[in-house]
Amino acid sequence: MPTEAIVPLAPALLDVSFREGYVRSIVFVSLYVSVLAVALSTLVSVPAAVAIGLADFPGKGLVKSVVNTGMGFPSVVVGLVVLFAVSNQGPLGSLELIFTREAMIMSQFVLATPPITAITLAAVSGVDDGVRDAARVLGGTRVDVALVVIKEARYGIATAVLAGFGRAISEVGSVLIVGGNITSADGVSKTRTLTTAIQLEARQGQYETAMVLGAVLVALVLTVNAVVVRFGDRGVTA
Amino acid sequence: MAALSAGVVASTAGCSSTDDGDADGGGGNGTDGDESPEESVGVAGETLTLTTTTSTYDTGLLDEIHAGFEEMYGVTVDAVAQGTGAALETARNGDSDIVMVHARGLEDEFLRNGYGINRRDLMFNDFVIVGPEDDPAGIEGTGSATDALTTIAEAQAQFVSRGDNSGTHTKELNLWEAAGTEPGGDWYQETGTGMGEALNIANQQGAYTLSDRGTFISQRSEIDLTILVQGPIEDGPEILANPYGIMAVNPGVHDNANYDLAMAYIGWITSPGVQEAISAYQVNGEQLFFPRAVSEDPDFQQYVPEGWSSDDADA
Repeated sequence: MPTEAIVPLAPALLDVSFREGYVRSIVFVSLYVSVLAVALSTLVSVPAAVAIGLADFPGKGLVKSVVNTGMGFPSVVVGLVVLFAVSNQGPLGSLELIFTREAMIMSQFVLATPPITAITLAAVSGVDDGVRDAARVLGGTRVDVALVVIKEARYGIATAVLAGFGRAISEVGSVLIVGGNITSADGVSKTRTLTTAIQLEARQGQYETAMVLGAVLVALVLTVNAVVVRFGDRGVTA
Repeated sequence: MAALSAGVVASTAGCSSTDDGDADGGGGNGTDGDESPEESVGVAGETLTLTTTTSTYDTGLLDEIHAGFEEMYGVTVDAVAQGTGAALETARNGDSDIVMVHARGLEDEFLRNGYGINRRDLMFNDFVIVGPEDDPAGIEGTGSATDALTTIAEAQAQFVSRGDNSGTHTKELNLWEAAGTEPGGDWYQETGTGMGEALNIANQQGAYTLSDRGTFISQRSEIDLTILVQGPIEDGPEILANPYGIMAVNPGVHDNANYDLAMAYIGWITSPGVQEAISAYQVNGEQLFFPRAVSEDPDFQQYVPEGWSSDDADA
């Protein structure tokens, strides 16, 4: 029996059968891991990007280059590095994080941080100098200036967060390595995400099923984007 | 190398014993006496991490049988499907508690290095050489797997290799070696993928490949390949046998390994009831795995590296 989640998406593929709750649980794991990783990453990236963007220091260009390079990190390499860290033999081995969602959040945090930082940095740099100067002239502290700049750059920052989310939810290499693509025997995902589920179906030659899951993933990303854009607009009119 | 890892284990022992309490707590259940009544089942609530091969996982066998184990002990089994090489490597790093794989040579190395203990023969099926129905190299009916491979090499017919250090890849390399042929050239492609993908690639390219019978059967309806050289289950050559073994990770090397639960699992899966369930498991109306653990006769070789005897050890 197909679950209700895929029915509207794949009328032609109704014969695709999943155990009850299977798709729901992998959607949950995908969102849980990606949203938490992006939230944590945003908390780190946005302040860091604003600080870099507003400051003038030697080597600023180099820092920008490093951040931009980070956007191209292959996710498999990130997965391997996190694997070495959380493996029993690694520095975090005693925490027993391997094959857990927490390890997946770690690797997605690493993946999402460079794009969020880089795009936020670009957005902050693009804020008109006049706005900054005006805030300063009006007696604003450094924090006030930063807040004004963040407000001016909010669309860019929203784009940055969405780019980070897109990177996190769509990557397969690192979550497969550190998460293990685990589902319990009764068909409830523990560390299986939409992407690793797609990879599993493709491995078994079940391309139709893989396509259905791919459609679910695209729908999910669209929904998240729509929600974020909507919030952004509401922020303007309010 | 062994001494180094033992040192690492010893130095982390202090911290890991403090957080052994719940989910992944390994082996620390020796003192059950003073636990509260509802926790009196030693392993309940724990998690067993099993690294295994894509062929056992993708056929759906593990999902089918694991529910019984989880119910019986009140535990969770985290099955991680990797190739045999990767499954053993994960266990070697102490990241899994038990391994179920199918490459005796690699298993023996794992045992000899001290990482695995209490190995049991579990089940078997066989490998088959599959290819397009028109069989361009003309290997159909060849009684010998090595002759068939030699024929494919001489005809330079397309051959898809797993190329991923899996049990099937290891078997394929052993077969080429036995055939005295060095594979290579445009006709020989290493895909670095799982069995299902390798079958798909072979299907799309009209190529030959070596497959375990289980994965081939479970995918047969999706592809146009056919079995050209049978394995021993269908009276083919014995060299295509595909035995699966199971081993616990040595708690003497990795003290975080959940040894109690691993041994419970080995006892459970080699029991007559579960062996019967493995035998009864079918995909597309065909039996995929043949139980091997229950036997009237002693079989000491299953516990030790193949061909090992205490005389050798003394020498």
